[in-house]
Amino acid sequence: MAGFEGFASRRQTDPALPPGQHLERGFPVLSAGPDPNIKVWELQVATETGQRSWSWDDFLALPQEDITTDIHCVTSWSKLGTHWRGVSVDTLFDGLKTEQRFAMARSYGGYTTNLPLEDLLGGKAWVMHTFEGRPLASEHGGPARLFVPHLYFWKSAKWLQGIQTMAVDRPGFWENYGYHNHGDPWKEERYA
Amino acid sequence: MSTDWRPAICVQGRPETLSSRSIRLKVDNLGPVVAGQHIDIRLTADDGYQAVRSYSLSATPRGGPGGTPLGNSEVEIAVEELPEGEVSPYLVEALAPGDPLEVRGPVGGWFVWHPTDSEPVQLIGGGSGVAPLVAILRARIASTSAVPMRLLYSVRAPDTVYFADELASYTTSPNITVDLAYTRVAPHGEARPPGRLTDRDIENFVQEPGSGIVYVCGPNSFVAAVTDLLLARGYDSAAIRTERFGGA
Repeated sequence: MAGFEGFASRRQTDPALPPGQHLERGFPVLSAGPDPNIKVWELQVATETGQRSWSWDDFLALPQEDITTDIHCVTSWSKLGTHWRGVSVDTLFDGLKTEQRFAMARSYGGYTTNLPLEDLLGGKAWVMHTFEGRPLASEHGGPARLFVPHLYFWKSAKWLQGIQTMAVDRPGFWENYGYHNHGDPWKEERYA
Repeated sequence: MSTDWRPAICVQGRPETLSSRSIRLKVDNLGPVVAGQHIDIRLTADDGYQAVRSYSLSATPRGGPGGTPLGNSEVEIAVEELPEGEVSPYLVEALAPGDPLEVRGPVGGWFVWHPTDSEPVQLIGGGSGVAPLVAILRARIASTSAVPMRLLYSVRAPDTVYFADELASYTTSPNITVDLAYTRVAPHGEARPPGRLTDRDIENFVQEPGSGIVYVCGPNSFVAAVTDLLLARGYDSAAIRTERFGGA
């Protein structure tokens, strides 16, 4: 493709960046409304056969994992090598049986996002409470957010309240407003 | 498909402030456009390097400056030059009429206003965050809608006001109110002392809680502060829509 007169490249393309992404050193905040007012935090996971829930203390008593990974926002920024601490979604689903293949993540404040269960299980997703060694700030979804780093970051629901499996896939909040149903950054699954 | 990159050309650039300008683009096969949506812009350098950025639309094909229609398949964005920016200095200083670029979108279905929406609208913008709010005002003026719209616009100083003349002209439009709140330097005769928005401003310049939808757009710290003030004044969080830029 022909170059555009006058726009000179000023940065190297980093192979760690998915197509169309640029490197961000800050941490932009994207939310559809105000941060929710969470009075009593509780996390729930439910399938068609049962459910489990954790208080904040119960949640912190679960096995913890430290993850270093890149994150990719659909608005085209990526952060490389970010450090997180939290609980694997596998741990949360441990002991719950399900034949269902989809899940809806639901947040305090009403936000929702849908994911195939296979994108949440198998060491691919966590519920994180610590970012770069500090408690996760409210504007980034604190006290705890879903973390699915292999998908665009709108799937990593802030202020996570619960995960419910579903027999049939349904779109969540942004998926209803024109965003892609799946959201793989390497395939540029941005918009529907 | 809104996912496809489409060729576009710059039709016009107009200064907005000392460090920003409005850019009119003609986009091939531009689909339906709703006020409040954004587009992605892609620039390609001679060596193949590409850079993509998102910009809110400040004008839609039907609702251009003053509510008059733009040309067919045309939209406008307002770009603020960021000193360390990679794309904005090119868009503000170098891009000239006839220059090509690529556009994806428009996208977004949440921070938008449709002429069929019947609720009163309160717009609250900070700095360049006023752009999508002006698109909403322009769409309302271009339509047959008569819903009340009120804009509270927080800016540093008189010379940093985007769309200044047009916003001043809206004082004669029925059911449209524009209030400016200066944070650093206020013009002579301004009753409100310079400063960031306070609960008093929300009381004076924002519609009553429960009476419609509030759209808030600006830098993250601005949006966070304003939404806190709105919630403290009794607004339902479901009535508040936000669009933010910049880090925390």
